[in-house]
Amino acid sequence: MNLATFIQNVLNSLTLGSLYALVAIGYTMVYGILRLINFAHSEIFMLGAYFVFWGITLVHLPWPVAMVLAILVTASLGVLVDQVAYRPLRDAPRISALISSIGVSFFLQNVAIVFFQAIPREVYRPSWLEDPILMGGVRVLPLTLFVPLLSLALMLALVYVVYRTKTGLGMRAISKDIETSYLMGVPVNRVIAITFGIGSALAAASGIMWALRYPQLQPIMGTIPGFKAFIAAVFGGIGSIQGAVIGGVTLGFIEIMTVAFFPDLAGYRDAFAFVLLILVLMVKPTGLLGERPEDKV
Amino acid sequence: MMRGRTIPLNCLAIAVLGALLYLADTYCDGYQIQILNLIAINIILALSLNLIYGFTGLFSLGHAGFMAIGAYVCSILIMTPDQKDMLFLLQPAYDWVAAAHAPFFVAVLAGGAVAALFGALVGIPLLRLGDDYLGIATLGFAEIIRVVANNIPRLTNGALGFKGIPAFANLWWNYGWALLTLYVLVRLLQSNTGNVLKAIRDNEIAAKAMGVDVFRYKLVSFTVGSFFAGVGGALLASLLTTIDPKMFLFTLTFNVLMIVVAGGLGSMTGSVLAGIGITVLLEWLRIVENPVDFLGFSLPGIPGMRMVVFSLALIVIILFRREGLMGTRELSWRSVAGFFTREKA
Repeated sequence: MNLATFIQNVLNSLTLGSLYALVAIGYTMVYGILRLINFAHSEIFMLGAYFVFWGITLVHLPWPVAMVLAILVTASLGVLVDQVAYRPLRDAPRISALISSIGVSFFLQNVAIVFFQAIPREVYRPSWLEDPILMGGVRVLPLTLFVPLLSLALMLALVYVVYRTKTGLGMRAISKDIETSYLMGVPVNRVIAITFGIGSALAAASGIMWALRYPQLQPIMGTIPGFKAFIAAVFGGIGSIQGAVIGGVTLGFIEIMTVAFFPDLAGYRDAFAFVLLILVLMVKPTGLLGERPEDKV
Repeated sequence: MMRGRTIPLNCLAIAVLGALLYLADTYCDGYQIQILNLIAINIILALSLNLIYGFTGLFSLGHAGFMAIGAYVCSILIMTPDQKDMLFLLQPAYDWVAAAHAPFFVAVLAGGAVAALFGALVGIPLLRLGDDYLGIATLGFAEIIRVVANNIPRLTNGALGFKGIPAFANLWWNYGWALLTLYVLVRLLQSNTGNVLKAIRDNEIAAKAMGVDVFRYKLVSFTVGSFFAGVGGALLASLLTTIDPKMFLFTLTFNVLMIVVAGGLGSMTGSVLAGIGITVLLEWLRIVENPVDFLGFSLPGIPGMRMVVFSLALIVIILFRREGLMGTRELSWRSVAGFFTREKA
């Protein structure tokens, strides 16, 4: 493998990794606060991509406007899902909310099949993302730079919200101890709703960029990236935002580099993440940066 | 009611079931018989998942994986060597795969046994994990099985899968296995092991403090559950006569989970009733996908609508009737007698 291809692969890994990381952040935030694996998150990812497609083809919006609108709509949808399917189950056993989230996931996926049909759709890509630029002998698609940079910007904005705002303080308080947060006057339900909104917005952004990179829309397109992003979150230590980012990028590298160095394994591509998951859980069940939850008697 | 009287009553019930099956076999059309067969298989799958999840509290999402193992093992064994010669077009099968051949009963048993073996192998490292982690890890296992099935063409014929699997699975086989599953699981749950499993489900830490070897009992439950999941997959393969890796997606696990939750986690009776109800409902829901004339309006059929209604039903159940149809209650001769004599059972 020559240097140019190697750099290409590194850039591809970063692109894929940052897409995983954006989705993983949503999983990790919701899990950190509610101890809930939000299976519906992968459908939020998928819907974000479809909304942009709609905005462009049906309403003829310019590209950036469609993207921002789609992110907002998807974020509201994420909040709605929480209100309808999870909030009534806050006091129920945790497994109930988990089953509810599986139900919502299948519901959204099948609604998408009904409305958008199961056939894959082509995605329109703006030309400024497609014309390769030459950087010191390496041909780079602007897309492979655009995706990690936009992801980075979104993550920095998130870090600001979580560590510098009152809402972020609320999130961190709830993730430590939800009952005490109630007592201390944290508006718990509002903070949880905002968490779902932010997580869904990031997933939508990721879904949109995913659709640009692999220009095809399908109602089931969220499932595999969703699982992998969840694994990234577990790998990094669920509940930790930094962990989710590290996990996502690592997973991106493993996936691209394994196929690059061992092309024979390409067919097993979708299994790498799961093998990694099982290995990580066996060795360090709490992930890289996770804290061990105490057994409560 | 004394225990001695339940045995004749059970025999009577089996005789009635046998008579009903005979009538169904004679008078029902192929489509109805197919649904009856699916009911039996769904009951087997729901019972096995209920043992793992409802009675032991192990949140497992790997059922599709164990079913896939059972289905592939059984299919390889019941297809004749000539058939396999014709089937493996892209790459020839391994010699031992091509040569393997066994009668149907042995093949189903082998499917279950291999699934149980994998259950134990996966269980040993994974059963130490907490509930959500176990769920996602078993889900990962099922996905790995699917990806592997796609990539070993000399064993599984790759993405093409198997076609023309001999259709041995008739009403008698399927209901026979369903009865056997029910019998084994009920006996297991009524034994001391069953009490320990429920204790682990209700409070693992307390069970551990009582000196229970929690891990060993979890492993037993998981392995037995995997066995019957494999059996269910084996019967399904022979019933549908065609399998491929795409069939064993997460959706399959979801359907079984739906039956277990709707019937009641921790109720064998619930799994049986919901197995019947949901299988019929899923077929009946095909109506919404076909065009219908309703009071003079003609409604166009909407493909995919069936699963929308189905998943909505799951959400509604979990929101409004979390304990499912039966909760943890069971139907027994004793409770039936109590109902009629108005005694408290």
